[in-house]
Amino acid sequence: MSVASLLGFGRFALRRLVEMVFTLLVASFAVFGAMYLAPGSPASFLLSGRSASPQALAAINARYHLDDPFALRYVRWLGDVVQGDFGRSLTYRTDVSRLLADRLPTTLMLVGMALVVVVVVGLLLGRVAAVRGGAVDSAVLVATTLAIGTPSFVAAVLLQGLFAVQLGWFPSSGAGDGFWDMVFHLTLPAVALALYLIGLLARVTRTAMLEALDSEHVTVARSRGVPERLVIRRHVLRNSLGTLLTTGGLIVSTLLVCTVLVETAFSIGGIGQLLELSTSTKDFPTVQAVSLLIVGIFMAVNLLVDLVLPLVDPRITLGTRSAAA
Amino acid sequence: MTAATLTRRPGLAKLRAASGRSPLHLACLVVVGLVVLAALVGPWITPHDPNSAELGSALAGPSGEHLLGADVAGRDTLSRLIAGARTSLLGPLGVVVFSTVAGIAVGMVAAWRGGWVDSLLSRSTELVFAFPGVLLAILVIAMYGEGLIAPVAALGVAYVPYVSRLTRSLVLAERARPYVSAYQVQGHSALQICLRHILPNIAPVVLAQSAVNFGYALMDLAGLSFLGLGVPPLTPDWGRMVFDGQTAVQYGYPLSAILPCVLVVLTVVAFNVVGERWADRVARRDK
Amino acid sequence: MTPTPVPVLQVQDLRLTLPGTARPVLDGVDLTVGAGETVALVGESGSGKSLTSRTALGLLPPGAIASGTVRVEGEDTLTMSAARLRALRTGDVAMVFQDPRAALNPLRRIGDFLTEGLRAAGTKQEAATARAVELLDAVGLDASALGKYPSQVSGGMLQRVMIAAALMGDPSLLLADEPTTALDVVSQAEVIALLTKLRERFGTGLLFVTHDLDLAAAISDRVYVMYAGRIAETAPAETLFAGPRHPYTAALLASTPRPTAQGGRLAAIAGQPPDLRTTIEGCAFAERCPLATGLCRERAPEPLPDPARPGHLAACHHTDRLVAEGTPADA
Repeated sequence: MSVASLLGFGRFALRRLVEMVFTLLVASFAVFGAMYLAPGSPASFLLSGRSASPQALAAINARYHLDDPFALRYVRWLGDVVQGDFGRSLTYRTDVSRLLADRLPTTLMLVGMALVVVVVVGLLLGRVAAVRGGAVDSAVLVATTLAIGTPSFVAAVLLQGLFAVQLGWFPSSGAGDGFWDMVFHLTLPAVALALYLIGLLARVTRTAMLEALDSEHVTVARSRGVPERLVIRRHVLRNSLGTLLTTGGLIVSTLLVCTVLVETAFSIGGIGQLLELSTSTKDFPTVQAVSLLIVGIFMAVNLLVDLVLPLVDPRITLGTRSAAA
Repeated sequence: MTAATLTRRPGLAKLRAASGRSPLHLACLVVVGLVVLAALVGPWITPHDPNSAELGSALAGPSGEHLLGADVAGRDTLSRLIAGARTSLLGPLGVVVFSTVAGIAVGMVAAWRGGWVDSLLSRSTELVFAFPGVLLAILVIAMYGEGLIAPVAALGVAYVPYVSRLTRSLVLAERARPYVSAYQVQGHSALQICLRHILPNIAPVVLAQSAVNFGYALMDLAGLSFLGLGVPPLTPDWGRMVFDGQTAVQYGYPLSAILPCVLVVLTVVAFNVVGERWADRVARRDK
Repeated sequence: MTPTPVPVLQVQDLRLTLPGTARPVLDGVDLTVGAGETVALVGESGSGKSLTSRTALGLLPPGAIASGTVRVEGEDTLTMSAARLRALRTGDVAMVFQDPRAALNPLRRIGDFLTEGLRAAGTKQEAATARAVELLDAVGLDASALGKYPSQVSGGMLQRVMIAAALMGDPSLLLADEPTTALDVVSQAEVIALLTKLRERFGTGLLFVTHDLDLAAAISDRVYVMYAGRIAETAPAETLFAGPRHPYTAALLASTPRPTAQGGRLAAIAGQPPDLRTTIEGCAFAERCPLATGLCRERAPEPLPDPARPGHLAACHHTDRLVAEGTPADA
């Protein structure tokens, strides 16, 4: 890369970063402001039926500076959030950041496992369908149609009923201790989490590869005696990569959101279960924190994809997203 | 001006003629029909009161009395499935109606006005995209408490971008066609042109997108009910039935949870297949 | 120029049927390219000229059924094993495609494209790169092109890269499928000059596929004129140009703009080439031919040699009338 193009890339990266921070700010404002849209006064909402002792009320007032103007309150809250302080959980009577730190590793492990399954199985299915065609293609289409129609909680309950309860091959709940025990505990949840996205990624892969297979340069490569295996890898898969990468943000955010369902179904103490518990107990600071975390990760992944895309596809002029043929 | 009127393409009337022939598509149409029928007449054809609990027959297997068995509280599963069709479809219907109407409005305004209105609306759309539907619904539930209205409204908002982006691009394409300027020259107002002439032309494509959205909204709402955050307890609803039956699964009585699962999958698949086929047809006809 | 005993390419009675068509898209094609010889294959789009040339590489459209033989240095590509076919493609036969923008993968560097075939055949990376630099030099480009992406160079340069790539495996037969159609006029001349020069230097046989009869006559030793999947006429270039014996060739010549033309008005050939969904009784050109008689619509003419001129074959019942009456466009 020349100095000029490096500079161009730097400027592009900076612009996208600023854009992302701006969107995150708006998102945080929405998440913060939501509290004031709820019925009742903010203090009573935050306490929501819990014993409103004068100390508790004073603590809430101090924490949220409820006597200050709205804008000032938001800026203060945001300042705390930027420093990793999301306030105190009303249900758990501890710092929300502590809760997140305790539960995040489990969820990251679960999402990581599911991501591996999605990428490996999804790419493989899509590739087989595109390359083989015919009956294999039809079978994959039917399978992906089913997968796309199966919500992750349904997959979770069915997998749990069959492989954990009936067959007893896997534990039916909990996250386990230690790496391998966690892998063992999280296998069924990860598969349940992955199923829908496997179908989605397989579809996207199939379409992108069929489009690439149709291009003249693939015929040219074949006419030059390049073995089919290499043609697929170097010309078809390689050229589908851009399209596949653009689904990255959607895949990661869907995985994160669906942990709510899967972790609840398998009683796994992660971020998702925390979101469900804090929602049903109206523990709003915790809901705010988890929502912001999910939205933030989604945006970060999208930013990453935008930054990687020009490296994958030299035709992409920085800043424009166009599917690779 | 006759040339301009000629460019107008057939609207919804052609849709019925374009029904599918493949066996999968046909099966999906049948499923959609049956589920909609159950939603319409459900309460009158249930063999039992879906909410009458007979603790004696709790977790009973299929029998003459309870064709598909009973749940933990001894409620007849078949009756709850039939009665549940209504709640399970009403929610997604609300989501789809709201997102379609709002999405068309937003997309049309963005495309027609252009300029800062367009960029503001497009930016907001991007922002809503950052909040997955279920997350937005959970936020709203955390504010307003459990129930059907809050999550439906939240999902309705979350689905607007899918419709508005599509509408925006369609209207932009439609605007460039000669008949629009012909009407403008004749002095028709923008609103008139949009509603009377552009809307019927873009409706098939947008409705096909909404049919696909229906399946996804059903998935999302069933998920929320499964978390116990959607419909109130006792309401017969497929997602809620999975929630109620989940403990029984762990004790080896999976039937009362698996059956609603199967229905959810069948319905979502059916709506997806029908919607996608519809979209394909519309796309092909437009070429 | 007489062909050597074992031609680099010998197509005999090649028939190709595609799914969903009423008649073969190639219907008994005979064609020979001798070692070091330049042969042009001329025809309208859809005449089957590209399909014919591609069979030399064993490239058939999906679902195609082929009969006859396509021998490259004596070996039939239609019955060849996959491994042998791959070896043939990396070495003996190479093709220059019409549109270099479409023919090169936009996401891979030019160096990668040049060495790909040789690398697949087992050549070491350094040796392949050295060969690529050598050939880039031969087509007038320097080694800096190796690191560039196709989008960073012009169409003319890209076609030079394509030619260099085709010569990488030192082929005995080079196929050029309308290699100048997608280029601007200046690049066209350059590419033609380059092809002719390199063909001489490396001694390869060249099958030049084009719709331009003048260009064909200018660069080739022999010309085949193709119409609706059949060879209409073949002759040494100057013979064909001087005295065509098939009405289609004559009409093609008459429809080409030429500064020396006397009439001033160009004669277009009336009508359309026959649709693939229809069958043909008799001569394929009969519907558009001014000389056609009842015989032409009943029986397909066999390619017959002209006793006076060696190597001149025409598939027409009325070659005598054509010679007697002049070109149909003049009539």
